[in-house]
Amino acid sequence: MDFFEVFPAMDRQGLRDLKKGIDSSFREFSRSYGEGIEDFFEPLLHFLVWLEKLLINAPWPIVIIGIAGLAWIGSRSWKLVAGTVIAFLVIGYFGMWKDTMATLAIISVATLLCISFGIPFGIWMARSDRVQAAITPILDVMQTIPSFVYLIPVVMLLGIGKVPGLIAVCIYAIPPLVRLTNLGIRLVDKEVLEAADAFGADYRQKLFGVQIPLALPNIFAGVNQTIMMSLAMVVIASMIGVKGLGLPVLRAVSNQYLALGLLNGLAIVILAIIFDRVSQAYGRRLQAHREGNGHD
Amino acid sequence: MTDTKIKIKNLYKVFGADPKSAMEQVRNGVSKQDLLEKHSHVLGLRDINIDIPEKGISVIMGLSGSGKSTLIRHINRLIEPTEGQVVIDDIDILGMSIEELRTFRRNKASMVFQKFALFPHRTVMQNTAYGLTIQKIAEKEAIERSQHWIERVGLSGFENHYPAQLSGGMQQRVGLARALTTDAEILLMDEAFSALDPLIRTDMQGILLDLQAELNKTIVFITHDLDEALRIGDGITILRDGEIIQQGSPQDIVMKPADDYIADFIKDVNRSRVLQVRSIMVPAESGIGPHLDQNMPLEDALSRLSSEGVSEGSVVDQAGKVIGQIALAAAVEAIRRPERSSQDLQYR
Repeated sequence: MDFFEVFPAMDRQGLRDLKKGIDSSFREFSRSYGEGIEDFFEPLLHFLVWLEKLLINAPWPIVIIGIAGLAWIGSRSWKLVAGTVIAFLVIGYFGMWKDTMATLAIISVATLLCISFGIPFGIWMARSDRVQAAITPILDVMQTIPSFVYLIPVVMLLGIGKVPGLIAVCIYAIPPLVRLTNLGIRLVDKEVLEAADAFGADYRQKLFGVQIPLALPNIFAGVNQTIMMSLAMVVIASMIGVKGLGLPVLRAVSNQYLALGLLNGLAIVILAIIFDRVSQAYGRRLQAHREGNGHD
Repeated sequence: MTDTKIKIKNLYKVFGADPKSAMEQVRNGVSKQDLLEKHSHVLGLRDINIDIPEKGISVIMGLSGSGKSTLIRHINRLIEPTEGQVVIDDIDILGMSIEELRTFRRNKASMVFQKFALFPHRTVMQNTAYGLTIQKIAEKEAIERSQHWIERVGLSGFENHYPAQLSGGMQQRVGLARALTTDAEILLMDEAFSALDPLIRTDMQGILLDLQAELNKTIVFITHDLDEALRIGDGITILRDGEIIQQGSPQDIVMKPADDYIADFIKDVNRSRVLQVRSIMVPAESGIGPHLDQNMPLEDALSRLSSEGVSEGSVVDQAGKVIGQIALAAAVEAIRRPERSSQDLQYR
């Protein structure tokens, strides 16, 4: 009856050896390649540090004017620009300016990184069903695996710091962009594509002239999701050495500082709302052709 | 007789997982029904042979599922046939490389679609200029050439509108302008006017006929509407279940339907408008009564005869030479009842 009461698991010794084997071989791997991988990410680190210093060292009124300018370019709405300016003034008044700038820097770099990898992968997936079948489960894993689990190998490889934090953010934030780019391109009207074919368009002309422009609403929803999710990762990334609004939140959790946690948490929320509204307004503006005049 | 522009020879299309082996069954004479039930392949087209003459409007007609849209897509190879040849100007387009095929599509054949298939993110001008953009023609020239066709289809003033801001009829004018802008010799029209309401459709047919009188393109026009086919077609091919069941001029189709299916089709046609004097005349060197042009519809001939109070007329050709005569009674008879003889018909 033992068989039914105790699960026939692998014996302890074997299990221990297996885990040890995996650990030591990965350690071996990181010892021999870790440095090379670090060198590979060096330019990224420099860019991130440069952007962070720029935002922190620049006089705050200029930063606010710059952000307001971006909000205007994106949304063309005075209301949104005014809201953005007020939000940043409030954040600064409550002493979170520096942390907010650090967070802004990492979110911007993470978003750029996600876009430059996510959109090409999405396009590749849309091109072939086989690629889609191969990438979809990887995206599922990236989205569902607890962040702490992939923090371990990332930290083992690259140590504690900004770059591993950035990578952790991207692993979490890139899947929706890949998925929505793929979906957007696949949803492009087949008849419109056929028309492009009938006029002799080649692959590039179809991709850049028809598919991507028509997939933009979906691609933009993906970019928006990516920004939101990277903001959500800020707190977890602060555990492995990313500065910014996440760090005080982490300190507040471990020391039970309610006000500190609340203030920094709300600052993250405010950033999220601004990013969301501005990027959505921009996405809508790209869709000028959708506004029919109620003809017919 | 005009030259053949597009020659379709022994064309077969089988849809399914393994068309090649299904082709064996088709060649052994398996019916469309059996092919679907026993081999789960769909027979799209069976042994299609058509010679499409240069500079005319050739109509391919059939109901949905007859394979007509599949057939037209073989002419610019949007669909690859399972077997057969499509020869255009003595070149088999199935032998073209992808690059050659693109050049062919850019310069030689343009297409108008049933659901317009306009690019929603491009303005009327940008849509019209699409073919030229693809050919990388300088913007200035592209705009000039597009402007010309936008004006020809009557859309001046709408250059900067997006398709969603236009009515269906206007959208299809853009579709037509887009196809004409590349100056292709061949114009493929896949149920181009079927999605439009009847008045607009008649309107568009008029526009097409006017343009054709001037441009003399080789037009392949797909439709399920017999009145449309009879109005614009110089020649009509009728398809059913992927097979050709009759080819001929509108006169032939109405006067001598090949089988009950077609007879049923033409039952409600306004025969007096379709039939022309020459199709019921009796050849003769001289005649009495008023001179009637050989291409005059019976409708007009009848009113001429009755207004002059005579029961016979003589038929003349373009030069005014008498080539035959018609009797009032014969004309009335021709309008009244479909004649069903299968002699001298082109069965394929």
